[in-house]
Amino acid sequence: MRAEFINELLNATVTVLETMAMVTPKPGRPFIKKKRISVGDVTGIIGMAGEKGLQGTFAISFSESCILYVVSEMLGEDFTELNDEIRDAVGEITNMISGAARAKLADMGYHFDMAIPTVVCKKEHTITQVTKAPVVVIPFQTEKGGFIAEATLWRGSAG
Amino acid sequence: MLSTDSKILVVDDFSTMRRIVKATLKQLGYERIVEAEGGEEAQKIIKDDQIDLIICDWNMPGMSGLDLLKWVRATDSFKDVPFLMVTAEAKRQNILSAIQAGVTNYVVKPFSKQVLAEKIQAIAEKA
Repeated sequence: MRAEFINELLNATVTVLETMAMVTPKPGRPFIKKKRISVGDVTGIIGMAGEKGLQGTFAISFSESCILYVVSEMLGEDFTELNDEIRDAVGEITNMISGAARAKLADMGYHFDMAIPTVVCKKEHTITQVTKAPVVVIPFQTEKGGFIAEATLWRGSAG
Repeated sequence: MLSTDSKILVVDDFSTMRRIVKATLKQLGYERIVEAEGGEEAQKIIKDDQIDLIICDWNMPGMSGLDLLKWVRATDSFKDVPFLMVTAEAKRQNILSAIQAGVTNYVVKPFSKQVLAEKIQAIAEKA
């Protein structure tokens, strides 16, 4: 996957959380997913369909403590459990990160269509990307726990 | 000009964003706020009620914000209602499409509450 895709997703993730929740996540070193499985408590997933068969997915997966902190800051009230409001907020966060990254990528000549995000909410669920293309994972830390952003991109069908 | 008695419709499929927009409106003194989760629900409210400002998301399942804007502008009885698009679709072509369809102003997500408040105030002074 090209470095500019990773950079724009990383920048968009930081910008969305800083702007909407006033939380500044610290990115760790990106790595290529080896086991093809990640673990999280709440995950937002969105597809990316571009020109000339370019396709991909972006997923952001929060630990429970982290997303409770982020949404509490975002909406200005204390959230103490994973509920519909948390699920809704993760969907919107995923949507905003995808939108912000797609706008920057469009400026570079990579055009992706908009899509509607999906949210999975279950303690310690796994995320498996069904593709042979490399999956890049960016770990982040906040003062109340961590989350990961992962993305994959391929041309043609099913990678 | 809008007043704090004006009725404002907030359209977004995500309740999180509706809450953020509503909180900003309340900070600005607006209390008469109605909500819709999508374009079709918004159409019913606009037809049945006197709406003074529409604040609408672009990317929603079913009828998009852009389609709702085009419908509003094409309907004589409310074609002049100010329409603020709140969008994660910051691509130039999308913004041009919204301008061509008659959007009053737009806010690109992510945004600070300050930016949203300024956009609403600017519309309120002109409307």
